[in-house]
Amino acid sequence: MITLTINGHRVEVEAGSTILEAAEKLGIFIPTLCHDPRFTPAGACRMCLVEVERARALMAACSVPVMEGMAVHTDTERVHAARKENLRLLLANHPLDCLTCEKNGDCRLQEYCYRYGIAESDYQGARKEYALDESNPFLIRDLNKCVLCGLCVRVCHEINGAGAIDFTNRGFYTKVAPAFDDALEASSCVFCGMCVDVCPVGALTPKQGLRRGRPWELQKVRTTCPFCGTGCGLELSVKDDRVVGVKGDPASPVSRGQTCVKGRFGLDFLHSPDRLQKPLMRKNGEMVEASWEEALSLIASKMRGLRGREMAGFSSARATNEENYLFQKLFRMLGSNNIDHCARL
Amino acid sequence: MTNSIGEIDNADVMFVIGANPTAAHPVIGYRLKMAAKNGATLIVADPRQIELVDYADVFLRLRPGTNEALLNGMIHVILAEGLADEKFIRERTEGFPEMAAVVKKYTPAYAAEITGVPAADIRRAARLFAGAENASIFYTLGITNHTTGTDGVLSVANLALVTGHVGKPSSGVNPLRGQNNVQGACDMGALPNVFTGYQGVGERGARFKFGRAWGTRLNPRPGLTITEVFDAIYTKEIKFLYIMGENPALTEANLHHVRGALEKVDFLVVQDIFFTETAAYADVVLPAAAFAEKEGTFTNTERRVQMVRKAINPPGEAKPDWVILSALARELRLKWNYATPAEIFQEIARLNPAYAGISYQRLEKEGGLQWPCPDAKHPGTPYLHQDKFVRGKGLFTPVEYQPPAEEPDSDYSLLLTTGRILFHYNTMTRYSGAIEPFKPEEVAQVNPADAGHLGVVEGETVKLSSRRGHIAVRITITDAVPPGVIYVTFHYRESAVNLLTGSALDPVTKTPEFKICAVKMEKLATAGA
Amino acid sequence: MQEKHILICAGTGCISSGSMQVYEALKKELQKQRLESKVRIILSGCHGFCEKGPIFIVYPEDIFYCGVSAEDVPALVTEHLLQGKIVERLLYKDAQTGEGITSHAEIPFYSKQKRLALRNCGVIDPENIDEYIMRGVYQGLERVLRMEPQEIINEVKGSGLRGRGGAGFPTGMKWEFAYHNRQDKKYVVCNADEGDPGAFMDRSVLEGDPHAVLEGIMIAGRAIGSDEAYIYVRAEYPLAIRRLRTAIAQAEAYRVAGENILGSEFNFKINIKEGAGAFVCGEETALLASIEGARGMPRPRPPFPAFKGLWEKPTCINNVETLANVPLIIRKGSAWYTTIGTEGSKGTKIFALTGKVNNTGLCEVPMGITLREIIFDIGGGLQGGKKFKAVQIGGPSGGCIPESLLDLPVDYDSLHSAGAMMGSGGMVVMDEGTCMVDLARYFLAFTQSESCGKCTPCREGTKRMLEILERITQGKGKAEDIPRLERLALAVKDGSLCGLGQTAPNPVLTTLRYFRDEYEAHILEHRCPAGQCSALLTYYIDAELCTGCRACTRVCPAEAITGEKKEPHVIDEEKCISCGNCVERCKFDAIKTK
Repeated sequence: MITLTINGHRVEVEAGSTILEAAEKLGIFIPTLCHDPRFTPAGACRMCLVEVERARALMAACSVPVMEGMAVHTDTERVHAARKENLRLLLANHPLDCLTCEKNGDCRLQEYCYRYGIAESDYQGARKEYALDESNPFLIRDLNKCVLCGLCVRVCHEINGAGAIDFTNRGFYTKVAPAFDDALEASSCVFCGMCVDVCPVGALTPKQGLRRGRPWELQKVRTTCPFCGTGCGLELSVKDDRVVGVKGDPASPVSRGQTCVKGRFGLDFLHSPDRLQKPLMRKNGEMVEASWEEALSLIASKMRGLRGREMAGFSSARATNEENYLFQKLFRMLGSNNIDHCARL
Repeated sequence: MTNSIGEIDNADVMFVIGANPTAAHPVIGYRLKMAAKNGATLIVADPRQIELVDYADVFLRLRPGTNEALLNGMIHVILAEGLADEKFIRERTEGFPEMAAVVKKYTPAYAAEITGVPAADIRRAARLFAGAENASIFYTLGITNHTTGTDGVLSVANLALVTGHVGKPSSGVNPLRGQNNVQGACDMGALPNVFTGYQGVGERGARFKFGRAWGTRLNPRPGLTITEVFDAIYTKEIKFLYIMGENPALTEANLHHVRGALEKVDFLVVQDIFFTETAAYADVVLPAAAFAEKEGTFTNTERRVQMVRKAINPPGEAKPDWVILSALARELRLKWNYATPAEIFQEIARLNPAYAGISYQRLEKEGGLQWPCPDAKHPGTPYLHQDKFVRGKGLFTPVEYQPPAEEPDSDYSLLLTTGRILFHYNTMTRYSGAIEPFKPEEVAQVNPADAGHLGVVEGETVKLSSRRGHIAVRITITDAVPPGVIYVTFHYRESAVNLLTGSALDPVTKTPEFKICAVKMEKLATAGA
Repeated sequence: MQEKHILICAGTGCISSGSMQVYEALKKELQKQRLESKVRIILSGCHGFCEKGPIFIVYPEDIFYCGVSAEDVPALVTEHLLQGKIVERLLYKDAQTGEGITSHAEIPFYSKQKRLALRNCGVIDPENIDEYIMRGVYQGLERVLRMEPQEIINEVKGSGLRGRGGAGFPTGMKWEFAYHNRQDKKYVVCNADEGDPGAFMDRSVLEGDPHAVLEGIMIAGRAIGSDEAYIYVRAEYPLAIRRLRTAIAQAEAYRVAGENILGSEFNFKINIKEGAGAFVCGEETALLASIEGARGMPRPRPPFPAFKGLWEKPTCINNVETLANVPLIIRKGSAWYTTIGTEGSKGTKIFALTGKVNNTGLCEVPMGITLREIIFDIGGGLQGGKKFKAVQIGGPSGGCIPESLLDLPVDYDSLHSAGAMMGSGGMVVMDEGTCMVDLARYFLAFTQSESCGKCTPCREGTKRMLEILERITQGKGKAEDIPRLERLALAVKDGSLCGLGQTAPNPVLTTLRYFRDEYEAHILEHRCPAGQCSALLTYYIDAELCTGCRACTRVCPAEAITGEKKEPHVIDEEKCISCGNCVERCKFDAIKTK
């Protein structure tokens, strides 16, 4: 264990912890744009700069490991000046269209500008001018809003492994793009959507739920993905009885926030106009709408007239445990063991 | 899975056979790729050059349907070179001599002849697997969707037992379950031969236990499997069929036979969220709620029971399956009175010892729990068979290679194998506004040699036919499939590949041979279809 | 005739001024005169005096000819070799007296130098290992094979050697960190990604004395417990790469590299990795990323490479010049080495002297020498006798030092306190005609375009600084630009991820510190004191000199010049766009600027 002080408060953390982790333990706020504990630290955004006694330059709290007796200051004038300057620089190259931005209210750049009182930048000059990429059906890329934190690049390389995007060009003209600046759909991108989930600003926006709700209006529901057997944790965003957004649930022990294209972008089947909404019954060869009472009593009357072994039921690997349990219980209580599901498929 | 998904991170050797996780289990696919990138050894056995091959140390490109020969060949090398875990075999297994006797003839050369995999690669894979500190096998339907599926699973178990790679972290046998709750459906006893918790319907004690809990006498005779049900419809033994949330009219093998049965059955109930291909044959269709519209639990491939929570209301008059089933039970004058799924779960926990310690309260508080979880204090079980196997000792089973039921011949010269792609999940994603337009139709994979032979070009639509039916399908020309093999997914009703597949079954599990049938490919114009 | 050795410089500078043609001509001439058996020609590495190349030295009498061309060869052979007469016209001429100097040791350019790292450059054939071994090379390696790693490290620590790549970190300490980090695999990396424009010290060492670098690498490997090294060289240095490859092959053949070196248990493999020319790859973590095959972007430090470097293994990264010093320290001992230099900066440093001095080229000087000595003695003062204004030290991210500090001793700490840095050893001399604001703009334009784009202050900040400087040099500066520039420069220096960003503001900060008045003149008076920023020049016509020839009116694109024929013309300041066309056209020097 290592003991250090932050703003004069003593804290003990494990060796190898970062200053940021030690600060979190003390509940001391340090802003970050490019940090995510799941990835290799980048030290790129420089928002987390802190002052360390006896160190010449400011240090990035996200990546500098703690040392015994270290004395860290997170609230000095020098630290504030550096953070403010960073924000001014980012803002000088960022559209101020928060009114229509999907990220409004959930944007870390916005949050920090608010916190540090940076309303606008006093730097005039060149700005990014990239065309909006709306070419694929899943997400919109607005590189003008990108702060080059590199979280999307790291999730793509370090979690997904697709490595579809990376930094390209140099200096001011650096941007994140697929190889040869191709469209995402022409790259090795598998549209897992994890880049969207980690983007701290409005550079990557899912098309699902576009203009359907502000972050603060959304009710979050944690659940389990209904597709394959992996059982990833998902966090659904709900507004007006609609699922308007999906994210990986970082707390899931299975998926740790990871998703694939199906869980991330395929849940809109819920609101398909083709969903069945009323019971149907075949009358004179035609399928017609019926009431629940009618439908259930017809089924029950058919079942009552048969012996158990004349009935069969296919349960579902899609349904819940409780429903599968009830299904087999029902058939078995009626004397039928002819119960199966597609376990073999 | 005997192990947990998280254990992949610490694997030394990963052997993926008959599975395409980056498409079918993408998040597990990421883990495998990253583990390989971070230095773990990856062995891939597959007829197709799947994405994982790019990360693999050894790629065993075997002929479809020859899994058992490959595995026997590897075991042969392990025994011949003294790489077996003798202590493990001695202390924790039985049946080794019988297995070893059969494997004796599967020299690398003989296995190479059957599988088409170079003998040197078989040796290398065997040495890497046996020599690892820990090693896991991952498989899916590429092992099981064969008439020899049971043999394939037993062979995989033999390999794990002979090397002692089971019952430890990151070491074990890991079938990746295809559907979100296929594990749970089995655990719940949605199977013809067992009650909830794999308690046999033929066992008196189990019948007594469930009979008392449910207040009724129970049938001791195991029921029929899906494929047997369809046959029994033709013989009039089955007159009533209730299908909840499945779509056999598209996903079963030998669709003509299946669709004929659906047509024929006296009364068919279909309960689903969409008007599926199967619903078209129904007498009554009941609108069900989707996963986000109800509460409950799913059990994933690593045996983890997890919460499903209600986010929105079902559309129109649709209702959760459990509500519908309860209402029907009441209609049938059964005294069912479940107010919430939590109550149902409590009943499950009382009857299924592996679930006994799990409750909604714990799931809410602790997240998912992996069974067996025998009591309320038990933390769940990340990996199985730690000190002993369920049956006591691990059993070796001798397995001989047997050719598939149908092989290419002069009339049907190509071998068709089926599977999934990343972007679709069975048929549900076809209703996604985002995914469907992105991958709206089938693109079958054809080797350049076969394409050249027939004179078909990239993107052309061809006619594929088997002895059972035919479909028209667009093709892409790629080395991902070996010569003589064509790959088609089963997602698309427009080109329903199961019109082609056969109904030959594994004799034990009754699983159809989805993975192999003989087909011919013709130009559409000449075929005149 | 006595047997002669002739050294022809085959450094890149001399090759481009024609030394290979001289070499061919000499071979032909010797054949013609049937002297092949009597004269041995050696193609040597760089002598540093590139200004005067090609260089041609005759031994044993040690006569230094410079500026030799192929046409001079017959005369040299006939007169010098056969008749024993020195060819006066090809000797170096003393700047003051105009007299020819025969021995290079007497040439001022060389006499103040102390050539340690460059000890073999220009003296031996870099492609022949036997010459090295004769000069004692690999004795250091032999010696360390009998030493404990800690002894080697103590020797290097004791020598006070500091990194010559720029930051000046104590080399022995770096080795010690890597040594104490016990792991099965460790790497030595030689940073030969010399990226500063105009800098060519590492190139000269690699081209002229590759074995010294190899020996230094292996000594480092022995000290830290590594068995493999990478030399990261710019692909733009094909000659250096070729000579390194030759040297590695020869060293392996002689068992001074590879397996069982000199019969010991010590194995060492040296790889060459060609860099693609990104300036930032000279930064050690970006360099490691590049070797790993990733985009050359710096990574946060700590962890330092000595703890987690190449492929996450402990890695010792040293620059070429540093490593070239190492064999000498081992051979001659740290006590000897500490006699050279100052208290905090031991040994020598190579500088690439360029700009407005008479003698441009490469010079190696003992630490502690003053700037004045380098510029005026070695460099021979300013061209055209112009007045000295400033010297930029340390490459594009170095600082500008004014005349008042000419007597500053050249060592790490003095330079740092003056706002400059040792850097890799670039030294650009400027005369009074240089605008310091424009100079800062120029260097910023370089570092800005070479920023990797990873961290915010460097990517965005250098761009904004450049934009402000561009505005000032265009006469569009505002009073608040100076404090804004200063604030921004300090933020970029304090907040950037790597050395590139942390030092990029140096030219701005030092010019603001020493030449603030020039900034103010640009902004407040719309005037460029050096008369260099064209947008700020006001052109006028000297009525006394103007003949009214009308030539200027025809080339003025803005129609700003008016006047009757044969009458003095006038320039309308409002219309004038300061393009300077008229100045070039006027035959009477009548157009002036103010």
